[in-house]
Formats: sequence, C-alpha cells, structure tokens
Amino acid sequence: MILMVGTRKGAWLYEGDLARKTWSVEGPHFLGHIVNHLVLDPRDGQTMVMAAKTGHLGPTIFRSADRGRNWTEATRPPAFSKEGQQGRAVSHTFWLTPGHRSEPGVWWAGTSPPGLFRSADGGATWDGVAGWNENPMLPKWAPPDAGTPDGPLLAEIVIDPRAAAHMYIATSAGGVFESLDQAASWRPLNKGVEANFLPDPYPEYGQDAHAIALHPLRPDRLYQQNHCGIYRIDRPSDTWERIGRNMPADVGDIGFPIVLHPRDADTAWVFPMDGSTVWPRTSPGGRPAAYRTRDGGATWERQDRGFPREQGWFTVKRQAFAADACDPLGLYLGTTGGELWMSGDEGKMWRQVATHLPEIYSVVAATLG
Amino acid sequence: MRVFIPTPLRSYTAGRAEVDGSGATVAELLDHLDAAFPGIRFRMIDEQDRIRRHMRIFVNREAVRDLDARLLPTDEVQILQALSGG
Repeated sequence: MILMVGTRKGAWLYEGDLARKTWSVEGPHFLGHIVNHLVLDPRDGQTMVMAAKTGHLGPTIFRSADRGRNWTEATRPPAFSKEGQQGRAVSHTFWLTPGHRSEPGVWWAGTSPPGLFRSADGGATWDGVAGWNENPMLPKWAPPDAGTPDGPLLAEIVIDPRAAAHMYIATSAGGVFESLDQAASWRPLNKGVEANFLPDPYPEYGQDAHAIALHPLRPDRLYQQNHCGIYRIDRPSDTWERIGRNMPADVGDIGFPIVLHPRDADTAWVFPMDGSTVWPRTSPGGRPAAYRTRDGGATWERQDRGFPREQGWFTVKRQAFAADACDPLGLYLGTTGGELWMSGDEGKMWRQVATHLPEIYSVVAATLG
Repeated sequence: MRVFIPTPLRSYTAGRAEVDGSGATVAELLDHLDAAFPGIRFRMIDEQDRIRRHMRIFVNREAVRDLDARLLPTDEVQILQALSGG
C-alpha cells in the first residue's frame, strides 16, 4: 500500500505493510514545490505523475518511471496556445487522471484557469484539448474571473471505464460537463444542482462542483460534492438528486471531497465542513467526522471515533480524502493543518498516521503489485 | 555573455550560479538557455511570452520587461526572483 501525499511544500510517500498498521515515510520530494496532485498509474503500477509549481516559478509536471525513486520533468508541460499579451497562461495544474485502460500512456490534466490537457506519452508532453480550451462557450462556462481562492479550476476529470470516449469534468464556476466523443464536444450536466450564489439558483451551468466520483462497477452512477450540497445521479437521467438533504441539519451537506466504496455503489463518504455564515470551511462545531451512507444517500451515519471530540478544526480539501481497494476498505485523509489520518475498518475508527506536515493538498492511495 | 542564475533555477544548471549565454535579444538568450537547460524558460516566461510575475531580468543592472530588448555579447544578464509569501 502506498499513499501519495501532495502538500503546499512538497510531496511525501507513505508505504504501509499488508495490515496497514505501520507506515514508512519517504520524502520530501521537491521540497518547497506546491504539489497539487501526485498520482500512480494503475495500468503499470510504476509511473507517477506530479503536478507542481513554486510560488514564483511557472507550473510544470514531474514524472517518475520507478515509483518515485527518480524524477524527470515534462519536456512540454500543459500550456495554452499562443493568444497574445492578454491571453491565458496556466497558473497551475490541479488535477491528473490516468487515461482509459485501453489507452496506456494517456493522461489527462485539468488546470487553473480551467484548461483541459492530454498527454499520450505518460506525461512527458502535453497538448491542449481544443474541444474544451477553444470551445466558444468557454468564457461563459468557465469565466476567468470566477472561482476559488486559488483561481478558477478545472477540478476533476472522470472517465467511464466502459468507454474511453465518455468523460465527465467538474469545474469551479460552471459545474459538471459531459463529453461523449472524448473531449471533442461538451454539454452541461447540472440539472437539479443548486447555485445559491447566482440570481437563478438552478441555472444550466454556473455551479461550483467541488468533486465528482463515478462508481467503477456501476458507471451510470455518479456522486457529487458541490459547493451547494451532496448529489447523486443515475444515468441516463440528466437530473441530480440532492441526497445531502438527508444529512443532519446541524451538520449540513457542504464539503469538498466525496469518496466511494469501490465494491458497493450505495456506499460513499463525505467530510462535512462549516458552510454557514462566512464559510469557515472547518469541521462543524470543531468536531471532525466523516459521514457514510450505505443506501445511496437516503441515510447517513456519523463516523468520528478517534478524531478529536472537540476543538478539532479540520479542513480537508477535495483531493485529500481517498480510499484504497482492500477488504475491509481503508480510508485516508489529509488536513490543511498537515495531519494524515486513516481508518482501516471503513471509517469506524480513525487514527493519525502523520502530523507536522505542510498543508495537505492531495492524498492518493494505491495498492502495490 | 555572462548570465547569472538565481537559486530556484539552479536545478536546471547543475547548481551553477553563472552560465554562458548568447543571443541578439533577451528572447534569443532565453531560447539559447532553454536549449542548454531544457525546461528553464517556461519556469520564467509564460506561454504568452510574458515574464512571470516575480521574475526579474536585468541587463547591465537595468531592469528589462521586453523580451525584444537588444543584447550585446559584452552585456551581463542577471535573472533574479523577487521572493514573497509564506
């Protein structure tokens, strides 16, 4: 088992034994770099791709062919096409997704400002995807002046395991979009999703999709943790259902990440945050907890054993909550306070794996072959 | 011409603080540096040929913001970073 932890100051790797009891740390890699995402290619179990920049140097991609022992820089990192002095420039690559298993070597990247990029050589060179980056609707779908404190995001890319051409993306100022032709064209998929910060609270697009997740065994089912609640959709329906309405009212259904159980399409986890008043974005009441549904969102149960009982002001970013594929399932989360937590029993009990890390941006779990 | 490299970019120059460069303009010099030290240019200059926000280029101790600025072989170029933030 390996955990890939991206932080505001570099990346760390945690390798666990079979029982997931003891963890050995290896790092930092690229100390001082802002590492938004670090992902292992499940198709070969060796290639790692890292989205990195520093506060002052431009954004780039680092690749390892030997699971983090040696790194090389992409020779052509994601960059928009020439547009002139007022044109777009990639601020940072935010999200990395290995391509469909039928396309070894293909990777997809989402950036800020919201751009979509593709690599066909394991992350060495990247090309802009014209169907998104040059889409005439893009100024409306992804306004350059709207978005998160870190800039507007193309925050996530999801590929249907049944068909490489079928993709979904999540954006911070346009919501969810779907493509049936491998990113050549896109259409909004936001019906039923609230955007309470717009004059029309249920627009065709304009929502803030924090995270989406497609179930690998039931790929017609997607979950979404949105700026305005938790949702589920079962295709071919085009309307999301707000399953977060079933969360306790005093906790609410605001948060950043959503994690699925890889063997059960009815089971998902969220990590609620306080989205009231000025949006503290911390655990409601200072009492951290994950919430699990086992019935597709009809009911939720609180899972807080092991977390601080009070005065625990966690913030867990959208990429910083992950599951492994073990049985029982392991769950892992990183906080902006630099704490790494895990549960080896599907959320019943939590324990700290590491503390004193820099602000954690992403946690990815992978089983080593 | 002599080109001074700031610490954040020395991973590209094998740790060297000073390298030899050539070019009739700043743009040509940057292309030359990128050929010698692949990837260094994009960390300094974005895809629209703008000098990144905290990057500073001085020619004979005069700040340059235009990549078309002319250079002579005897010029001394300093690349500096205005570091900020926590």
